[in-house]
Amino acid sequence: MTDQTADPTPEVHVRVPRYSGAARINHWIVAISFSLLALSGLALFHPSLFGLTALFGGGQTARWIHPWLGIVLAFAFCGLFLRFASQNLPEHTDIVWLSRIRHALSAGGEEYLPEVGKYNAGQKFVFWSQSFLILILLVSGVCIWDRGLAYLEATIGFRISIEVMRWAAIVHATAAVTTIVVFIIHVYSAFWVRGTIDAMTRGSVTGGWGWRHHRRWLRRKVHEGDVKRSRGND
Amino acid sequence: MFPPIPNPDVSVQKPQFGPQDLVRRSASTVPPPTRQLTPVAKLIDVSKCIGCKACQAACLVWNDLREEVGENRGTYDNPEDLTPDSLTVMRFTEWINPGTDTLEWLIRKDGCMHCAEPGCLIACPAPGAIVQYSNGIVDFIHENCIGCGYCIKGCPFNIPRISRVDNTAYKCTLCSDRVAVGQGPACQKACPTQAIVFGTKDEMKAWADDRIKDLKSRGFDHAGLYDPPGVGGTHVMYVLHHADKPHIYASLPDNPRISPLVKAWKGAGKYAGMGIIALSVVAGALHYLVQGPNRVTKKDEEEAERLAEEKT
Repeated sequence: MTDQTADPTPEVHVRVPRYSGAARINHWIVAISFSLLALSGLALFHPSLFGLTALFGGGQTARWIHPWLGIVLAFAFCGLFLRFASQNLPEHTDIVWLSRIRHALSAGGEEYLPEVGKYNAGQKFVFWSQSFLILILLVSGVCIWDRGLAYLEATIGFRISIEVMRWAAIVHATAAVTTIVVFIIHVYSAFWVRGTIDAMTRGSVTGGWGWRHHRRWLRRKVHEGDVKRSRGND
Repeated sequence: MFPPIPNPDVSVQKPQFGPQDLVRRSASTVPPPTRQLTPVAKLIDVSKCIGCKACQAACLVWNDLREEVGENRGTYDNPEDLTPDSLTVMRFTEWINPGTDTLEWLIRKDGCMHCAEPGCLIACPAPGAIVQYSNGIVDFIHENCIGCGYCIKGCPFNIPRISRVDNTAYKCTLCSDRVAVGQGPACQKACPTQAIVFGTKDEMKAWADDRIKDLKSRGFDHAGLYDPPGVGGTHVMYVLHHADKPHIYASLPDNPRISPLVKAWKGAGKYAGMGIIALSVVAGALHYLVQGPNRVTKKDEEEAERLAEEKT
């Protein structure tokens, strides 16, 4: 996946573990369910995209499966949240990073940025916005899910008016558009910053990647002795 | 009274309207129809209704539906609410008229109003699941319905119900199948007092005028026609003895309209949402064109290696 083939190919001698196998599986469950949710949701959002329901075997199935995928996503994302929340707490460096966002967005602008830990302010923004948006999508989604509502009414007597459902529909659509934009930012960043996707497909990144983008994190990993060194290309 | 409705001609007839007469089709467009059908309407004269529920029975029979045996909740409403099988329900209200201090028994036959501007159709995301004919009938086409329930959110009258059997939405069709062969709706045919009448919308308005004059002469000063302009008028209308306060008739909306929330969601919202998503994709593509990939350099790798060496 990485684009390390371009000249001059750096000889990689140091690899730094970034995500455990469990974290990667967790991430890809979220990623797949998110993508399917976006496809089935967009199909019902704009008539021109209704054809996307064919991917699920028709409109009825797309409609049926969407809320259940949402439940899968919500549970899986809880896993990511518990894993990564403590590493995404805001700190002073984030303000400096954000004030120099122009450099963060230009290739080679890293030298003007403070050394960052495991996550920079942009990644933290993605983490917290998705956490917040998925919570909103879950709550508003249940409020427009007739089967879910019927279950809640039978079990805990929870009922809402049609006016509340209308609010839920508009909140759900707004949050969904926002979460898709954040998703695009997330995917594009992983693609633009070469070597990043390795973290989720192999679990480790090269030392150079750590030095360039997350120097404080790399220093800590080296200090802890949590890096792998090898001769020749890994 | 109208003359008794003659029994229908039972020979096979060609439908008088069909898909070529659509003026609206959910989540899609239709070519403008080449002819305009005469708008039809069902008029329900609440002041003549005796609450016998013959209309409910006729509806079940004609549409071949069976309602579950329910529970008595202490009212005459049976079933308690509209269901996917009960497309119409008589709603009984005991109202004390503050002017005369007398009890009035208000009986309103509830069901789809066949709005000229149907909120259900506007909210529907499934192409062709809800259609509107140029005679005013709003119909659900079940093979296109995906059971999302958006029509329930769009409807200003709280009418559609989702079936647990086939997961599609049901409501009164105004007996579009009967109307297509020159018959009135089943409920109208069954009504023993002709509280329900059916004809062209103009005929029904004229008929209502006579009824309203009669009611006014009997002391119902606020008698009037319920044909709410907020939804462009309806093709099911009521004659109400208290048309100044429709809400006393089991919460009939005083000024129904498509909720602004639904209009925002299915109107500007869907274009804005698509635009924002497209914009972020374009922004990413432009950024890549201008900046190229952000690659780790050989120097970065060497620095990392030196750092790792220092430690050991």
